Amino acid sequence: MLEQSYYDKADEIIANYGTEARWLIPIIQDVQTEYRYLPPELLTYIAGKLNITEAKAYSVATFYENFSFEKKGKYVIKVCDGTACHVRKSTAILDRLYKELNLKKGQHTTEDMMFTVETVSCLGACGLAPVLTVNDEVHAAMTPEKVTALIKELRGEN
Amino acid sequence: MDYMTIDGRCVPIEGEKNILALIRKAGIDLPTFCYHSELSVYGACRMCVVEDERGRILASCSEQPRPGMVIRTNTTKIRKYRKLIIELLLASHCRDCTVCTKNGNCELQNIAFKVGIHAVRFLNNREQVPIDISSPSIVRDPNKCILCGDCVRTCAEIQAVGAIDFAHRGSNMEVTPAFGKELADTDCVGCGQCRVVCPTGALTIRTNVTDVWNAVADPKKRVVVQIAPAVRVAIGEKFGFPKGTNVMGKIVAALRLMGFDKVYDTNFAADLTIMEESKEFAERLKNNEKLPLFTSCCPGWVKFCETKYPEFADNISTCRSPQGMFSAVVKEYFAKADEEEGKETFVVSIMPCTAKKGEILRPDNFTDGRQDTDSVITSVELIRMIRQAGIKFDEIESEAPDMPFGMASGAASIFGVTGGVTEAVLRHVSEDKDHKALSQISFSGVRGIDGVKEATVQLGDREVKIAVANGLANAALILENIKAGEAHYDFVEVMACRRGCIAGGGQPLPMGPRTKAGRSDGIYAVDRESQIRFADDNPVMSQIYEDVIAGKEHKLLHRNVENV
Repeated sequence: MLEQSYYDKADEIIANYGTEARWLIPIIQDVQTEYRYLPPELLTYIAGKLNITEAKAYSVATFYENFSFEKKGKYVIKVCDGTACHVRKSTAILDRLYKELNLKKGQHTTEDMMFTVETVSCLGACGLAPVLTVNDEVHAAMTPEKVTALIKELRGEN
Repeated sequence: MDYMTIDGRCVPIEGEKNILALIRKAGIDLPTFCYHSELSVYGACRMCVVEDERGRILASCSEQPRPGMVIRTNTTKIRKYRKLIIELLLASHCRDCTVCTKNGNCELQNIAFKVGIHAVRFLNNREQVPIDISSPSIVRDPNKCILCGDCVRTCAEIQAVGAIDFAHRGSNMEVTPAFGKELADTDCVGCGQCRVVCPTGALTIRTNVTDVWNAVADPKKRVVVQIAPAVRVAIGEKFGFPKGTNVMGKIVAALRLMGFDKVYDTNFAADLTIMEESKEFAERLKNNEKLPLFTSCCPGWVKFCETKYPEFADNISTCRSPQGMFSAVVKEYFAKADEEEGKETFVVSIMPCTAKKGEILRPDNFTDGRQDTDSVITSVELIRMIRQAGIKFDEIESEAPDMPFGMASGAASIFGVTGGVTEAVLRHVSEDKDHKALSQISFSGVRGIDGVKEATVQLGDREVKIAVANGLANAALILENIKAGEAHYDFVEVMACRRGCIAGGGQPLPMGPRTKAGRSDGIYAVDRESQIRFADDNPVMSQIYEDVIAGKEHKLLHRNVENV
């Protein structure tokens, strides 16, 4: 069980849309915006309110890469690994991020819950390659050096 | 009339919703995994592809027939596609067919053979995941799943349960309960209808055959077996008998050969159920409380009602199911002899049902804290045991079940089909007990294969409204109507499986409409041929009431609701 405030928030979001099954995705999108992840308990709760089965809601939430059942860090860094970024060496950027943040293979979020690193297939900004976003703020033409500086800045070390 | 051309032959379009139905009407057996006429069209398996005159490939299950359409079902291109699909399915599928419970009954095996696959060129790099044996009814082996979605749609559309669904995407896709939970932690009612439609060994019956063999071999155990009404009209199919043949006598003989000590008939307990449930119904009608009365014979339905509609839980009859009554009474009957002979009575029940395996574990079905039914095996498992024992089932002579629990009325046997419990109760409460009354009851609207049936009968000065539902989605429909105040009933019978226990989750496959109809006819034939048609005419029952049950009706015949 989550704290009551989570369920109240979910009720508030549901009230913005309605309780028809078709509102599932917008509702869980808003929940994710609120908490930066989709708490599994809330997905079950919302499914109940929308009168769809928990299994169906889980099916929808796992279909889209965007939904995450795991808590994310304060800064969500999305590294583009689309074709254009890849050929302009996005792998080196990802490697540097993992090194700077001390992340192990398969680990996406730092233990202090500050950073989450993800790869995305294309951010649609190929002209700025290689590109990454920090909480939707775009950083263009990245290099490993710029990554180190960026992390320092985000940690408030400058 | 409109026509279309299939493989150069003219076929009339007579309201078919898809080309596949027309193709099958034309006598061509196209393979399919994901098409079931009772379910929504999914179009995932692509086995039913056909080619039109412009060389386009269409999935015939999801293509509407149009007048003048020309298609071919067997071209070089289609054969190549079909083979490739099967080859890809097999590439990531466990191919240890000889040790798979589905061996010989597997659609994947069957279609791979039909299509003519002789080698698989691709490496199997599918990651193995654990098998889910949490449910007492169903084993879920995701490694054998081909993602046809039949189980998902059956669970959601026919049963309104929705315990499983697809999760993830692409090559990571799987059929699973939410959050990868185990089946036991979901709303799964154990009806086993997912296993009925599963083309592979991904969903199978949780078997108890070994427990039963061990009990039979144990000299300290008095192994007593009961046989449910729907079993006797189903298992003959697997031994060359016409669909719906009543092979009860042969089952009795086979069980004796296997070494069971006493072979009885669940129908005896169904007679007890009729008596008790009628009493309860009369009582509730008199007091006008907790109406409608819901039947309690079907464990799938009981669990469904408790989990999805808990507000109606008190309306469920407190009667145990026939299986539960039987075991409680038999254990009481042998209690003294057990003590004297230093034995332990072990009750095995043979059921058409996977949910019955869960029912026996419910504390409200215990007597004095003791589990009454020790092991449940399904029709399918009985067939396996007969084969394991090497019994030539078609050749053995029929035998009669042991007394006193071997005698029953015809009213008891119809518990195996939808509407049967209602009809049996109506016979009991009806004041006239002649042939005219019998036929009036059978024509009152409780028979037939509709998902929801309604009937009104006159009981004394009261008009009693009855509803009969089969398939849990239909039950949900009734409950929603009652909740909305749009319908009023006094008595509601629910069987979780469409058409009732004859099409239960533990019955032999394949189970098409003709098989179901045959079994249904078989059940009514058992009733017609019975010398006793009314439960209250069963002479042995009144004796047992006097000798064994008297004073313990509540303990032996009703659920201990306080134990839950």
